[in-house]
This record gives sequence, C-alpha cells and structure tokens, in this order.
Amino acid sequence: MSDIGTVANAASKLHAEEQNKTTLGFWMYLMTDCVLFASLFATYAVLRNNTAGGPSGEELFNLPYILIETLILLTSSFTAGLAVLAFRHKQQTNLIGWLLVTFALGLAFLLMEVYEFAQLVHEGNGWQRSGFLSAYFTLVGTHGLHILVGLLWLVVVIPNILRNGLNHIVAKRLMLFSLFWHFLDIIWIFIFTLVYLMGNVRL
Amino acid sequence: MDLHFYTRISNGERKAMNKQPHKVQGHGGYQAYTTGFAISIILTLAAFYFVQEKIFNGWELAIAILVLAVGQLLVQLLFFIHLGREEKPRWNLVSFLFMLLVILILAIGSLWIMYNLNYHNMVDDVDTRIMEEENIYRY
Repeated sequence: MSDIGTVANAASKLHAEEQNKTTLGFWMYLMTDCVLFASLFATYAVLRNNTAGGPSGEELFNLPYILIETLILLTSSFTAGLAVLAFRHKQQTNLIGWLLVTFALGLAFLLMEVYEFAQLVHEGNGWQRSGFLSAYFTLVGTHGLHILVGLLWLVVVIPNILRNGLNHIVAKRLMLFSLFWHFLDIIWIFIFTLVYLMGNVRL
Repeated sequence: MDLHFYTRISNGERKAMNKQPHKVQGHGGYQAYTTGFAISIILTLAAFYFVQEKIFNGWELAIAILVLAVGQLLVQLLFFIHLGREEKPRWNLVSFLFMLLVILILAIGSLWIMYNLNYHNMVDDVDTRIMEEENIYRY
C-alpha cells in the first residue's frame, strides 16, 4: 500500500517541478517586459522637455486625478493577493469575489486612463503634438495595454474556476496572473513618479 | 502572489492545505499583504504630498520622490511577490538582478548619450568649432 503513497508523492514532486519551470519561464518574460518599459522610460526622459512650443507635463497633468488612479491600481494589486490567499485556503466563493473586485478596480483604472487620453486628444494635445507627448502616450499607453490583457485574462480565468473548480490548472493561471498584476503595479508606480510627479518638479 | 507558491501547494497538496493553515498565515499570509498594502499607500500619499505642497525644491524633491518610489518597489517585491525566498539556485533572483543591471545601463546610457548630443549640437558650440577650424575670429 505504501507504493501508492510513494507514487503519488513522486507525481506531486514532478508536478511541482514542472510548475516551477512554468513560473520561471513567466518570470523571464516579465523581466524582458521590464527591459521594454525601461527603454520607453529612457525615451520619455530624453524627450520630456521637447514640447515643440506645446504644453508641458506641468500644464497638462491633473495630479489628484492621477493619484486616484494610482490608489485604485494599488488596491487591485492587494485584492489580487487576497484572491491568491483565498485559493490557498480553498475558499472558492472568496476567490471569485476577490477576482471580481480586482477586475472592477482594473476596469475603473483603465477607463480613467482612456478618459484622460481622450481629453488630451480632444484638446489638441494628442501624440502628434510634440516629442514629449509621443513619448508620453507610448509609455502610458503600453502600460494600459498590459492592463487590458490582464483584464482579458480574468475574463478567461473566472468562468474557468466556476466551471472546473479549484485544480492545478487554476492554481497555475491564478499564480501567473497575480505575478503579472503585481508587476504592472510596480511599473505604474514608476510612471506615477517619473512621469506625473516629476512633471511637476522644476529642476 | 508568490513565486514559490507551487512548491508549497504541490508537495502533498491537500495535506498541506488542511493541516497547516497557521503556517501559511505566517509566510506571505494576510498580514504580509495588509502590511505591504498599508506601506505602499503611505508611500504614495507621501510622494504626492511632497510634490503638491512643494516640501522640497528642484533636485531635492526629485531625489525624495525617487527614494519613495524605490521604497515602494521593495515593498511590492518583498510583501507581494516574495522575491528571494526561493531555494538555491535562485534563478528568479538572479534574473531579476541581471534585469536591473540591463535597465540601469539602458536608462543611464541613453540619458548620458542624449545629453552629450544636445550639448555638442548647441548652435554656439558648433559655430565656435567651425570658426576655429577655419581660422576665423569673431572680432
């Protein structure tokens, strides 16, 4: 009888190994994504004073509005963490609840960003206005695109959990999602600091 | 979420789940997330307050908010992602450090090169160089 136990143990070890590899692979992707963002940040830093006679960041950015966006994203990163804890305690209802909260907060963030972009374009300060604005839209827009992908991911994962319950596949998807989401939160902190807050600092 | 979640779950999944909820709590449990969340909110509000109220000026302000951002980065990495708590060979940590090296070279290098380019292309500078080369004097 102990054979079964040994086999099960070996199987679960194999599973862990495979999943660790998945995590490492996804982590590598995140690291390269960081390099992508770093080059966008560098481009922005180089172009930030090239306003071509147009408005500067200080004139355009509404800091309290951006602060609310930031707090929303921070909170969604926290609720993604709570979802993972709920999974670990096998509480499916809580898990779904926290994932829905994360989704709602992420969507609110994205809508606020789209509204901000629409406002800028409407006032004639679109990406073609100056080098500064091109770099700004590219950097912030790329982050927004990642958020959109995260939301789509949730749209896939939530029904999957409802249909199949909590299993290894859900564990994998959930864990990669939350890594991705925390990572986007970190990128946003730097956008908040280097783009929005620094825009209001006179050097 | 944590990077090493799998090792914990898969090593006798059900056993670990039912038997040691208190153990789970200590490592990256609610407490870690709540603490991390609270600290990052405080750091964000502090950075916002510094800029809005102009507590410092110029470079001092820039450095202050950069330090707060790096603090946030560390909080997120330690409390949310749990980086560095893996077993030996620490590939996650190693690849993270390598990524930091790459982005430092990329960011500082770009700024340095572009600053120099701007500097040497300044109209006055170019004029002076041409004049010197052609043996022309201003007055």
